[in-house]
Amino acid sequence: MNTFRIGGVHPHDNKTYSAHQPITECPLPQKAIIPLVQHIGAPAQPVVEKGQKVKVGELLAKAGGFVSANIHSPFSGTITKIDSTVDAWGLRMPAVFMDVEGDEWLETIDRTPNIVREFNLEPKEIIDRISDAGIVGLGGACFPTHVKLMPPPGKKAEVLIVNGVECEPYLTCDHQLMLEHGEEIMVGIKLLMRALNIQKTIIGIEKNKPDAIGHMQNLASKTLGVEVRPLKLKYPQGGEKQLIDSCIGRQVPSGALPIEVGAVVDNVATIYSVYEAVQKRKPLISRVMTVTGKSLAKPGNYLVRFGTPLSQVVELAGGVPEDTGKIIGGGPMMGRAMNNIDMPANKRTSGLLFLPEAESRRVEPENCIRCGKCVSACPMGLEPYLLSKQAELQMWEEMEQHDVMDCIDCGCCLFTCPSHRPLLDYIRMGKAQVGGIIRARQAAQKK
Amino acid sequence: MKNLIVAPAPHVHSGDSVRRNMLLVIAALMPAYVMSVVAFGWGALITACISIAACVLFEWLIAKYILKTRPTIGDLSAVLTGLLLAFNLPSNLPWWIVVIGAFVAIGIGKMSFGGLGQNPFNPALVGRVFLLISFPLQMTTWPLPEGFAGGYVDAATGATPLASMKQILKNGNTDLISQLPDLWDLFIGWMGGSLGEVCALALLIGGVFLICTRVITWHIPVSILATMAVFACIGCPEGMTAGQYIGYTLLTGGAMLGAFFMATDYVTSPMTPWGKIIFGIGIGVIVMVIRTWGAYPEGMSFAILIMNAVTPLLNMYIRPKRFGEKKK
Amino acid sequence: MDLILIALLVLGITGLVAALLLYLIAQKFKVEEDPRIDLVQEVLPGANCGGCGFAGCRALAEACVKATSLDGLLCPVGGAPTMEKVGAILGMEAVAADPKVAVVRCNGSCEARPRTSLYDGVRSCRIQHNLYVGETDCPFGCLGCGDCVAACQFGALSMDPKTGLPVVDEEKCTACGKCVKACPRNIIELRKKGPKGRRMVVECVNKDKGAVARKACLNACIGCGKCQKECNFDAITVENNLAYIDFEKCRLCRKCEAACPTGAIHAINFPPRPAAKPAEATAKPAEAAKPAEAQAQPSETTKIQLEKKEEQA
Repeated sequence: MNTFRIGGVHPHDNKTYSAHQPITECPLPQKAIIPLVQHIGAPAQPVVEKGQKVKVGELLAKAGGFVSANIHSPFSGTITKIDSTVDAWGLRMPAVFMDVEGDEWLETIDRTPNIVREFNLEPKEIIDRISDAGIVGLGGACFPTHVKLMPPPGKKAEVLIVNGVECEPYLTCDHQLMLEHGEEIMVGIKLLMRALNIQKTIIGIEKNKPDAIGHMQNLASKTLGVEVRPLKLKYPQGGEKQLIDSCIGRQVPSGALPIEVGAVVDNVATIYSVYEAVQKRKPLISRVMTVTGKSLAKPGNYLVRFGTPLSQVVELAGGVPEDTGKIIGGGPMMGRAMNNIDMPANKRTSGLLFLPEAESRRVEPENCIRCGKCVSACPMGLEPYLLSKQAELQMWEEMEQHDVMDCIDCGCCLFTCPSHRPLLDYIRMGKAQVGGIIRARQAAQKK
Repeated sequence: MKNLIVAPAPHVHSGDSVRRNMLLVIAALMPAYVMSVVAFGWGALITACISIAACVLFEWLIAKYILKTRPTIGDLSAVLTGLLLAFNLPSNLPWWIVVIGAFVAIGIGKMSFGGLGQNPFNPALVGRVFLLISFPLQMTTWPLPEGFAGGYVDAATGATPLASMKQILKNGNTDLISQLPDLWDLFIGWMGGSLGEVCALALLIGGVFLICTRVITWHIPVSILATMAVFACIGCPEGMTAGQYIGYTLLTGGAMLGAFFMATDYVTSPMTPWGKIIFGIGIGVIVMVIRTWGAYPEGMSFAILIMNAVTPLLNMYIRPKRFGEKKK
Repeated sequence: MDLILIALLVLGITGLVAALLLYLIAQKFKVEEDPRIDLVQEVLPGANCGGCGFAGCRALAEACVKATSLDGLLCPVGGAPTMEKVGAILGMEAVAADPKVAVVRCNGSCEARPRTSLYDGVRSCRIQHNLYVGETDCPFGCLGCGDCVAACQFGALSMDPKTGLPVVDEEKCTACGKCVKACPRNIIELRKKGPKGRRMVVECVNKDKGAVARKACLNACIGCGKCQKECNFDAITVENNLAYIDFEKCRLCRKCEAACPTGAIHAINFPPRPAAKPAEATAKPAEAAKPAEAQAQPSETTKIQLEKKEEQA
């Protein structure tokens, strides 16, 4: 069975809490806050005004550049103000505030449950519809999808790799989406193959989801050029570069994009929203997120419209458990711990994980015993022990020489360290510093 | 709602710890220790207990009163150092020499560099080599395996098979070779030698256990033993078959103990697979050079210490294989 | 005897040859250097702190020797006396510069700024800052991990366990600027020491709107502009909901301190002030929440009042 070649770890997957819970729709809130930064790149520019009435699916904010994405209204109602709000990490971000009134959708959106399989569109039309719908990668990075579909001149996509890996422990939303909306995902794949003008697609799914593998294999057998590849269980298989290595055995060069080896990677949730955008004309206004935790009353997978306060989603899942010590946005390996749950759901929130207090505390670090376990765990083949020491000593140049910019933040080093050293904390800090230095140097060279 | 805890990702841990690794190594040494108690009786018990107790005590004293840091004896590294030191000593060594060895191992070999993780040389071997040079007579008087009948300091002594073989080969009395113990005796460890190094079978079991529990990787032991075997194959002396000589090379002296337990010490061995292989080859070559041409019959300790010194260099120059090629 | 002689001879000759070689090589690779660089370096403090903007004391010495005037070259550690000595060596006029000192512009003490989360990562401000807002709701204020304390080579900074904020020891501070660079939130500023070390500082860098800032911290500057109106010398500007006192224009009248409703403006190194009038005190709701120090020394202030009355009489 295939997997990527370098490093990796095996965290306990803990998916049983929310696995196979049917996707439940979260009720509409009374007031909603829609953040204007829900993607990587420039913030979107608001095109609505205070007091304006909007319908579901109407454009709220326009992409603020090539690498940016449109934001549409997930609700119908009145805009009350455009102001800054506080995100789950206490930082300020611009947002549109609105009072929700009823649930009135734009007439152009097809709300029937029928699956629309046929299409007769040029690649350009498909990409335009994706771009208009504000679709971003829902796997976590939130990179605008239309950018990926337009390879730079001279580069040709050869294969579409569909990420159904969900290697993060606890999360099950992609798994459930594949089970419930496999057919739509297949249509989405065909749309993307048409948009990229390619004939081959590989769906990568880890073997801890045998029902999803079976279901997708069944569907793929009816579709030309689509193949399901069961993958060995190993974290971080869902990382873009690791997944390409697992599926087609090519390694993306350092500092390059997947298109360099002819691959385009998209998450199943992204592909589902591509289907909705192109075939149903429904922009990206909601996503499935996993709300889970050992002590949560009703862990499950919830369909949440962007702008719904996370606290409301938590209520649906049975409220914050008594023993909660840490709430994580996303999975436990790469998700960020939050300091409040008032933040609205957005394109980035793939999950909410409640860790009991006993599991929330870090263990006091000891001396590095130079066991080299971080080196063998690093999926990028870096030397985390060295990089973290260099960051501690502020040796930025040496860090750059040791390829710190290749670090993908996966957390394998810290996960595996027997001395519990905060390796990734320092490396991440160093990466931010080195990144700044490199950008400054490039800016100076341009002048 | 009470205040939430916030920390950078990742939020879960493998559950591995220094203590767990040390415990596993100690567990892996147990079969060999049991065999040495069977072979050397009271001596093996007394020497090991003194060595461990002295190492732990010295670490605690130095950490508390000299370095003034939180004592780290809880991580069991001192226990392991003590046990490994005892494994490298003859079981009839007077108790005060063992204490001196423990002091050198912990005090000079480890704590003077700042404690666990900072020492460039394997502490147990530093202690052992110090004793070997300071007390050459006591350190090379090997008790014969007589079980509990033998007593402690007054045990009957004799030469190790390795030393006898070297003597025989040096004098050219090839007809005396047949008087050496046969390979099976060597394999189960019924011979004179240091406390823990004699039973190759038990050490092999422990080593395989460590590799299976992923405490160590196969690179260092395999490269050391393979290098020694190749060397023995090429340099096979007259009057012995190659198989016999390889058997003697690998089953006598500290080869097994060194390859599986001493050279694989985390702190003093390289981190990357290729670094480990070069490290192992280096040890294998130096051991065979010392055994063949050196003054000492056995050179495992020296070989490991010499390669320990090369470790930082290997860590610096042998980089792990990066993901993807460098984009120029 | 012969043996000893031979040994002596061999050793001696080897030594001589080595010395000769060393001398020749040293001659061959000799770097011509201005001897004054060494002289200048000797009068510099030798802390190599980098506060002057150069890589170390040697680099500053080289720059001084190369320069045509000492304008802009200053050793913040040694200050004016050192630069005068440097000027004397090089025959140039030292440009007088006012001594500066590091000022911590955050007074969000533990009681004023409630903790809203518990940080469990590495005790490093920079890492905490990159991660999230910090243990309080103020995204601008001190994070309290002491990156500045660790950066200070002169032991001039320490964390006050009571307030959780760094304290500058003005005697030891050399204004080298290391702490300014170390602070990820740009809280520390180098300001002129001022006459008798007296200066007025807005001890807050919060740019949030008043209500938001106030919610996060009772001592925050809310950008109300009262101080600006009170100031007769145009020394105070309010920008992005934050007041700033220009130390060039400030005349140390202390009016702004009294005007500030949240106590964000601090007067440093002034003698204790006469107790505030009761009417004023009610107008300042923040007064109650202010650290107890003002109330802790009523006896002293009343004493001064008495003295003043006596003087008037």
